[in-house]
Amino acid sequence: MGKLFGVVLAIIAILSAYPIVAHWYVQPVDISTHGHAIDEQLADTMAEAGLSFLGAQLLLAFFVWRFSQRKPGSRVWNIPGGATLMVAAAFILVGTEILALGVLGQKAWANVYFTPPKPDAMQIQSQAGQFAFYFRYPGVDGKFGPLHPDKIDEGNSNFFGLDPANDVESRDDIVSAELDVPVNREIQLLMHAKDVGHSFYVRELRIQQDFVPGLDLAVHFTPTQTGKYEIVCTQLCGLGHYNMKAYLNVLSQEDFDKWMKQKISEQ
Amino acid sequence: MRAKLISITAALALIFAAALLHARAGGGTISGKVTYEGTPAKPKPIDMSKEPSCAKQHATPITTETVVTGPGNSLENVVVYISAGAPDDAAPSEPATFDQKGCQYIPHVLAFQVNQPLKVINDDQTSHNIHPLAKVNREWNKSQPPGTPPIVDKYDKPEFIPVKCNVHPWMHGTFAVLKNSHHAISGQDGGFSLPNLPAGKYTVTGWHESYGEQTQEVTISGSETKTVNFVFKAKPY
Amino acid sequence: MEQTQPQSVHVHAPPEGFLWKYVFSLDHKVIGKQYYGLALIAVFTGMILSWLMRFHLVWPNAKIVGLDLISKSGAPGGVITPEYYLSLLTMHGTLMVFFVLTNAPFAGFGNYFLPIQIGAEDMAFPRFNMMSFWTTAAAFLVLVLAFFIPDGPPISGWTAYAPLSAVGSDAGPGLGWGQNLWAISIGLFCIGQLLGSLNFIATTLDLRTKGMTLMRMPICTWAWFITSCIGLLAFAVLLPACLLLILDRMAGTSFFIPSGLVISDRLQNHAGGSPLLWQHLFWFFGHPEVYIAILPAMGIVSHVLVTSMRKPLLSAKVIIYSMISIGFLSYMVWGHHMFVSGMNPFSSLLFSFPTLTITIPATILTLIWLGSLYGANIRITAASLFALGFVSMFVSGGVTGFFLAQPSIDIYLHATYFVVGHFHMVMGVAAIFGILSGTYFWFPKMTGRMMNETLGQLHFWFTFIGTYCIFMPFHYLGLVGNVRRYASFIDDFMPALMPVHRFVTIAALITGAAQFIFLYNLIHSRFFGKPATDNPWDGTSLEWSIPSPPPWNNFGGKHPVVYHDAHQYGVKGEKGDFIMQDSPETAAG
Repeated sequence: MGKLFGVVLAIIAILSAYPIVAHWYVQPVDISTHGHAIDEQLADTMAEAGLSFLGAQLLLAFFVWRFSQRKPGSRVWNIPGGATLMVAAAFILVGTEILALGVLGQKAWANVYFTPPKPDAMQIQSQAGQFAFYFRYPGVDGKFGPLHPDKIDEGNSNFFGLDPANDVESRDDIVSAELDVPVNREIQLLMHAKDVGHSFYVRELRIQQDFVPGLDLAVHFTPTQTGKYEIVCTQLCGLGHYNMKAYLNVLSQEDFDKWMKQKISEQ
Repeated sequence: MRAKLISITAALALIFAAALLHARAGGGTISGKVTYEGTPAKPKPIDMSKEPSCAKQHATPITTETVVTGPGNSLENVVVYISAGAPDDAAPSEPATFDQKGCQYIPHVLAFQVNQPLKVINDDQTSHNIHPLAKVNREWNKSQPPGTPPIVDKYDKPEFIPVKCNVHPWMHGTFAVLKNSHHAISGQDGGFSLPNLPAGKYTVTGWHESYGEQTQEVTISGSETKTVNFVFKAKPY
Repeated sequence: MEQTQPQSVHVHAPPEGFLWKYVFSLDHKVIGKQYYGLALIAVFTGMILSWLMRFHLVWPNAKIVGLDLISKSGAPGGVITPEYYLSLLTMHGTLMVFFVLTNAPFAGFGNYFLPIQIGAEDMAFPRFNMMSFWTTAAAFLVLVLAFFIPDGPPISGWTAYAPLSAVGSDAGPGLGWGQNLWAISIGLFCIGQLLGSLNFIATTLDLRTKGMTLMRMPICTWAWFITSCIGLLAFAVLLPACLLLILDRMAGTSFFIPSGLVISDRLQNHAGGSPLLWQHLFWFFGHPEVYIAILPAMGIVSHVLVTSMRKPLLSAKVIIYSMISIGFLSYMVWGHHMFVSGMNPFSSLLFSFPTLTITIPATILTLIWLGSLYGANIRITAASLFALGFVSMFVSGGVTGFFLAQPSIDIYLHATYFVVGHFHMVMGVAAIFGILSGTYFWFPKMTGRMMNETLGQLHFWFTFIGTYCIFMPFHYLGLVGNVRRYASFIDDFMPALMPVHRFVTIAALITGAAQFIFLYNLIHSRFFGKPATDNPWDGTSLEWSIPSPPPWNNFGGKHPVVYHDAHQYGVKGEKGDFIMQDSPETAAG
């Protein structure tokens, strides 16, 4: 049985690693300017974690295969170096891993969070509510009208709670159920939650950020490839959570202007 | 099988009797037209891109239905009913049907009687969650995945109940739960008609989800037809 | 270390009558078994819930016969609604984390064996002990009640993030009385665990028998002791958090609810609260909870391994110190659950480092287990197979922690199936392997009968291969970006991944079914198993020095005297290659 354990475990370890090594499961194409740093970090971690995984599992498999069910009363002995070796190995192996991944890897995080958006970044407000995203563009005046939660009237498409009767700035605000942005332009997304916690996740953009009720956050990113991508909610928000999504349309500047013009005409 | 046959026969007999009663009631009719004055808000297109199975059912995007107008300033979806003067009627047994199709409520406003069965069906390929926001009646909130049996329920108190879909925020409608059978909903031309009213003094109420309600007193004698018109004040925002 | 004299004064009289002997018993052994039994009910319930979830994910429109009888609105015509899926998910998580992973390895085995292993006649506070079990049992009943109320079980997940969990039924089904019952249940559970932890600490510190210094305690005793210290702090934070949640829900306070929320078209009458406060309080408990589940399993596994290897572990001291540092560090890492939750991005860096650092003691533990196997003579039994399986699972679940500990990678992997794979392996499956290993190992002592070894090993193979088939693919799905907690997969890229999900579901159905082999073995052996000797595995710790099953007062009114630590294996003793802790002989040669 000990031999069987060794063999089965070795097979499991190799079969588990195979889909990764064979690149069966890879992240979707990266369409952001910061994403490559995250991907590199992920690849480095995968290499280190993968080696640790294979090393430990195969060692376990071999030891059990070799040292199980020997004759009763067989001599037992300790590994040379004993516990000191193990502790030293752990500190050296994991310590370097922490240094390598932890310290160097913070660059990827810094790219997303510690670099402020450029002053000319395009501001778009995103509101998450059960169970849809809506996006608001400031319109011609470049200003967002204030939000009045008591004015929200979804049946009448007033998802944000705007009061155009009293707020002049709200009159030209453009509300869309899709996030249309021009390619290669930095976008600053202002995040507002209407009811409970939600999250903004675009796999291709390598962006994930929670919407926190009562706490308006912002993220910024620059999409580099035109196309249609899914925006999904990743924070459990209730019964329709699985169905809470929207589309990110990255358009050429020309197409974006056309889209904007049409939206303005619908106002 | 036998039992089924008997029950079908019994149901038919009942419907026949009800029809007879109805016919005998005869009497007068209140009819008229609902219009608005002022500038109503422009209907806004609804973007259903998050639900592709619904979006593709509409060649052009449908628009919001909180205010639906027609030619000649006519106002649709106004519930006109006898709020006083008529006795409470027994609830009919045929259900009022509320359909979810193309991520839209059909009809937008559904009027039915207290204790009349309400049947909610889902004709879409997606799950809906119907949530009538009742205050007087018991509030409930039920999901209806595609292919599941209709939800059947009833309300035991009169109330105007806003209905929303908890999955698709743009889906809104109204249940008008009324005490008697004398009710109508203004059509595309704003017209309505309340037939079979016995002689008497009535209060007629017109109710609109955005513009509120108005009442008028009407006296019916014999089998005359009286005209009652409602004019609602529209707001641009 | 100072020698502690046992205090025998507290010992209670032998119990009489069925009620006092088996129901409201003060005997730590009966209470241990009660905890174990409760965990057994919870684990099979939780497993069946996971079957329903897996089934629904891959066959969303299939009718499950009879399910509409349990919940008419949750499964109309037998088809699971999205909210019922979330109910199942919430109840699965809550049952498994609280009522299985905390109850069985810590409260169950700990209650039974901690006093025996230190040579005590009972816990320090037997009445507290009984109270803590019955509080926990009440918590369980309150939780399960949620299945049978019209509102249904809550849908906010086992993490119950506010404001979803705090605003009440406007936010969806199950969030009215269902969520109330959840909060009350977890509050009760906390009280039970606080009483239990206090008891464990007092017992360990005060009731050790003559010669049982702290460093002579078996590793699993140490693990329970450290766990109870963690539990005392962790549950002391969750309890007030639950109280605040209950106040928000029932008394109109706004600890977790900010102003201006519009839910179901209704403007909520709350202002000034912070949703992040709940997350901080919850994870301040939630992360140590992971170690509350895994540390006892580590202890049990070390105990089983050392007995099976027939040689001492490379260093018991290093294992103990590693466990202590894990316990200590577990309080500095809770923020790694919240990297993308809107916390200040600088604090993410602060939380990332201790999280990476915690892998050092974890790696030391793994290497000590691995290194100790070298040159051993491993006796293969169901118990030792599960212990070895634990090491393998702990490694598999541990290495993925490297990914999630880094905030930048977490941006991509957060809330995907990668996380689900990670915590199921390291916290769920590994701890369950510890529990199963302990069960096969201690069953003879607890019942006086042996379990069927063939069925035990058959159970192991199904479980070992099965769990890898279930949870390994989760990591691949996560790498592609498959989001967790979705009632059905309608994203555009999902159809290509459905074969993987189908494979996982089939593996889950088979692996789950194999657990009934274990259940059969457990019940059948309890009544018809081969009678067990006092020391069937040639162990050294004190539980093997007394009859199987032990008498009500453990040592028959005597106080054992301890001369050694629990690792005297691979020596020439009177009875074989080991020397019992209470044997005055010294190792020859």
